[in-house]
Formats: sequence, structure tokens, C-alpha cells
Amino acid sequence: MDLAYTPEQQAFRAEVRAWLAANVPAEPLDHFDASREGFEAHRRWEATLKTGDWGMVTWPKEYGGRGLDLIQWLIFEEEYARAGAPGRVGQNGIFLLGPTLIEFGTQAQKERFLPPMASGEEIWAQAWSEPQAGSDLAGVRATAVRDGDAYVLNGHKIWSSRAAFADIAFGLFRAPGSERHKGLSLIFFPLDTPGVTVNPIRKINGHVGFAEIFLEDVRVPAFNRLGDEGQGWHICMATAGFERGLMLRSPARYQVAAAALADLWKVRGNSADPALEADVVRAFMNAEAYALSIYRTASALIAGASIGPEASTNKIFWSELDIHLHRTALAILGPEAELLSEPGAHDWIDDYIFSLAGPIYAGSNEIQRNIIAERMLGLPR
Amino acid sequence: MDFTLTEEQRMFADTARALFADTVTPDHWRRMMAAGETRDPARWAAIVESGFTQILLPEDAGGLALAEIDFALIAEAAGYVALPDPLVESAGIAAPMLASLAPDHAALADPAASIAIQHPANPLVADADSAAAIVLHRDGQAFVATPDQVRLVRRESIDPFRSVFAVEWDEATPLGSADWDLALDRGAVFAAAQGLGLAQRAIDMAVAYAKERQQFGKPIGTYQSVKHMLASAQVGIEFARPVVHAAAAQIGHRDVFSRARVSHAKIVALEAADQAARASIQVHGAMGYSWEVDVHLLLKRALALTGQWGTPAVHRARIGERLFTRPTGPDTTFAREYDHA
Repeated sequence: MDLAYTPEQQAFRAEVRAWLAANVPAEPLDHFDASREGFEAHRRWEATLKTGDWGMVTWPKEYGGRGLDLIQWLIFEEEYARAGAPGRVGQNGIFLLGPTLIEFGTQAQKERFLPPMASGEEIWAQAWSEPQAGSDLAGVRATAVRDGDAYVLNGHKIWSSRAAFADIAFGLFRAPGSERHKGLSLIFFPLDTPGVTVNPIRKINGHVGFAEIFLEDVRVPAFNRLGDEGQGWHICMATAGFERGLMLRSPARYQVAAAALADLWKVRGNSADPALEADVVRAFMNAEAYALSIYRTASALIAGASIGPEASTNKIFWSELDIHLHRTALAILGPEAELLSEPGAHDWIDDYIFSLAGPIYAGSNEIQRNIIAERMLGLPR
Repeated sequence: MDFTLTEEQRMFADTARALFADTVTPDHWRRMMAAGETRDPARWAAIVESGFTQILLPEDAGGLALAEIDFALIAEAAGYVALPDPLVESAGIAAPMLASLAPDHAALADPAASIAIQHPANPLVADADSAAAIVLHRDGQAFVATPDQVRLVRRESIDPFRSVFAVEWDEATPLGSADWDLALDRGAVFAAAQGLGLAQRAIDMAVAYAKERQQFGKPIGTYQSVKHMLASAQVGIEFARPVVHAAAAQIGHRDVFSRARVSHAKIVALEAADQAARASIQVHGAMGYSWEVDVHLLLKRALALTGQWGTPAVHRARIGERLFTRPTGPDTTFAREYDHA
């Protein structure tokens, strides 16, 4: 155990910091879920990141990455969050599908899909859930029928993040007649393919953050299937491992929020309310604990371990700490908590509303607790 | 940057777990409680034989000169069995302090000798009666005495394996000024490590019971209300452990950052122990409220340790000092006060 950065890691941090200082837009971009303009502005930012090869630093160089390790990725994320750089509109691709593609994809698939993913030329949406398959994801009914060197897709997907403006989606489809975890395949479909209809759905804050997708005889090349036919469930669980375990919520954003909360307390806090101050301290502790846990996980992965069911504890912890942190901010703001923030100010109220999604998406926290109880603790199903 | 334990550290922890699993069984607990004892000579001999009493002592005092992170793993294993004997305070806190003040003291020359310590954070002294030496505190100065040189008034702890005393004394051998903050840090981080062990034991006992106990025709562990309660308690452990290990690894920095981390570890690990112990009692139902089921031993030890080596309020204040007076943000997770010193 050595909890100090090497000189190389310190130099890397300095390099990231300098590049971001020179390149992060001075004016915040419109949110990528708020409008097509906001989405395209974020796409241009992804292209800017690509000019410095910062799209996804852990990927191999030939696919647009830098071949760095997870500690360097964490340092990059820390500097990225410190710099207040734009949100990653491509996160479904770069953080979730990308690592899965690198693990399960063919050479040709990696060459076709990873570079435009890293550059933002292709922004990905996730198409897993269906109206009758949410927490019970193995209940998906959308079908893929093989026809020569193509698949014909039919079905109804919903709650697809980014799908309102994205270019392409990765979805879970089953062979007709198959049941539950068997017969599923993970298949990519461009959202402008004939037969695809995308209906945006407004989120709780009014943004079109997700959409429902209708597929009617949508024809895609068999090349778009990731892994083997019928391997879809296994691949989805690997993706969910990345999602819950490490990449979806890097700790830096909570540490930035905890620091902003401490500043808010210094300026606006009431020293006669020690209980509220204790909540400010607790928010900082939670963010630190999450960061330490992720450093520990990253170190273990570098040493050859793999992510197991303990990934589910991460998802519970970050989602709950996020809500607690933002509720504490609203309590400090008191009568002004309800006000929408001024442009450029820390958006406590919108971030609070967003935090309420945390316990729901990427597998509800109830499902995560089942996974912990059954797979970590060994309680009976 | 490497947050993994070494092979040697993992082996050490395995040795401790195996030794305690053999020598602190529920039968041992029951026999000691029936006899009103807090120490077991045969077990202590095995502990001494393992070298655990000399881990933190310098080599010239016959010690292994290992670090707090090494001892923290042993303290975690001790917590898992609610170890009655005074290993953690003696070898983890009192012995290294005495070694720093009086390296030639006779109590350090005998690996089987236990040493007790009085600290301004703790009004009472644990295991003072059986100690070969008691490190004493007065006005920031350290003194040392043997039990027969002081007046010991036994106070009854709700934890049947904690033997605590009010210590009154007039004369003792002066040792000069001492680093009571370092003693507090060690006490807090090893209490936290014990908390991790207590918490995991409480959950393991609840899981074993929930698999066996049937109601409405199936094991109670199949019900989601039971599953989710235990899963939440496990989340508490998972996000306390990295803090405890980092705190133990960084304790030598002895700055505002490292002290805040020790305090963080102390608070969350004992909260995890309390949450797990109460969940375990609830899962055990009326059995959990009985003297016959051992889970109450875990609850009581967690309760006792929560108040020792700094209360949650004391530790929260130390974290607040770090948070409100030092740089904060994602680049400060491993910050040191004197990076270039």
C-alpha cells in the first residue's frame, strides 16, 4: 500500500490540468438534454477532447485512447471535474458500451465503433428497458430475427437515455420463442434506420433526457451484434458491472460538490445550527469514502482482480450520498431553495432533482440490495 | 499509488483470523462470562507466541517494527471475535508509546507483559489490574506505574469482557512530555478496525440465522425486508473499510489531513458496527434480545468503543477543521500538509 502519487502521476495531472485550462469553454454549454443545440454543443466539445486524445484515456491508442491505467483515469476525472468541464454526452458509449466492446467485440467491430465513439461523431443511447421490463430486465420482449446476414428488429424500448438526439443505440433483443435470460442478444441499431421511431420523453425537470423507441421491421447487419447470439444477458451484466462498479459515477463530481457545499456553508451557513454543519461534514466524509473505495477498486483491478457483486454497494452509496449532499445544500439555502439558479451559479436545485434519479436508474437500489443480499451475503432467493 | 494490501499483510491477517477462530469460540465466550473473566492465559500465550504483542515496537526493543496498517488488520480480526484480552490497547497504543518514552522499561522486555494506558480522551483505564505497567497522564506529561503503585476502582461495563478502572495516583515515575495526539490517533484507528470486524461478525451471524430460521414456511432470509436491512449494513462496512485502511496507512503524516481521516474512520466504522449489530438483533428477533444468543456481545463492544478514543463529536470537529480550513476537492484525497518537507 502506497497512498502517494508517483512523479509520473503528478506530471500527468499537471498535463491534464493545463490542457483543460486552455480548452474548457469559458461559458457553460446548454445542457445536452435541454435542446438539440445543447446536445450538438456537447458533441463539438467531445471533438475538442479528441484533438487532445482525451476522449477515453483508458482505451488502447489505436481506438482513440491513450492506453492509460485506472489510476490515471481517476486523475483525469478529478481534473475534469475540478475544471467544471462539460458533462459527457457520450457517456453511454464511452463509459458503458466502450469497455464492453473492448472485452467482447471483434477486431472489426472495435475498429468500426470505438473511434467515432471516442470522438463524439457517434453518440450512443442505451435501449434495454421496455414498458414491461424494468427491474425485471430478463422480461424484455423485443425480438431479433436472423435473415441472411441481417437481423430484423421489432419491439418497444423505453427510458432510453440520450435517445432523443443520439445517433445509434445498443439494445437487448431476444430470439422469438426464447424466455428469460436465454436467447438474448445485444444488437446495435442506428436511430435513423427505416422503421425506428423515437418519441422523446420529458424528465422531471422538463428536459428531454430520454425517449421511447418503437422498432418496426428494422433491418441491421448481423455485424452489429456484440458477442455471440444468445450471449446478450452475460454481456449486459458485464456492462452493468462497469456501470455500477466504476465508470458511471467517478468520485470526483461528488468531491467537487462537497467542496462547493462547504463553501456554501461558510458563506450562507448558520453557526447556530450544528446539526446542519454535521450534515455538511457528513457530505464531505461520504464523498471521501467513495473516492477511497474507488481508488481501492482501481488498485485491485490493476493488480488483476475483477469487479464482483460488490459493485452494487457502490451504486447504493453514490446515489444516496448524492441525495444527502444536495438536500443539505437546500437546507442551507432555506427559503431560497426553491429558486432556479442564476446562469453560472452552482445549480443546487437542479442537481438535487437529478440526484433523485440515482436510486432508480442503472438498476434500482432495491435490485442492488437484492444482489448484495443474495450474491455477497448468500441469502436464499 | 497502490491501495492494495501486500501478500505479507494478507498472510498476517489470515494468521490472526485463524488464531482467533480457534481460541475465541462461542464456547470460550460462554465459559469466560460464566467465570466473570476477561482474560484467558492459554489464549494470551498463543497471541504472544504469534508475535502480535510486538508488532509496533522498534527492532531494538525486540519488536517487529511494522506499521499501523499491519496492526489494523489484526485489530479487525480481533473485532470479529470481540476479543476479550487486552491485545489492541496494549500492543497497539500503550506499548509503542512507552517504547517512545522509556525504551528500556522492563515491561517492554517481556512480550507476555500487557501494558495499560490512561488517556485524556478516556476517563477510565482498560485492563489496568492485570497490566505490568500503566502509562499515566497528568497535565500533558506522561508517567508510568505498576498497578500496586496506584489505586484502582473497578467500574462495571455492560461489555462483560471489558475490565475498566478509575485510576487514582499521587506518585509515579515521570516520563516527560508525550505525544497524546498520536496515542489518540492509534486508539481511534484501531477502535475503527475492531468496528469493521464487529460489524462483519454481526452480519455473518444474522445471515446464518436467516438461512435457518423458518417462518410462513420459508427461511426468513428470503424476505426482502430482511435482505435489504442486511444489505444496507454491508454497504456501511464496504465504505468504512477503505477509510480505515487509508487512515492507518497515513497515520504517520500526523497532520490535519491524516487526523481528519482517522476521525472519519472512527466515526463510520463504529456506526457500521452499531448498524450491523442492531440489524443482527432484529433479524434474530426475540432470540436476539436474549442473553443466550451471542450477538449482544458485538453490540456492547461497539457501544463501548464508540465512546473510547474520542467521541463522535470530537472526531467530527477534527474533520470540520480539515474541511473548513484546508483546500478541498478531488485533488486533495491524498493531500499532506508538508508535501515537500
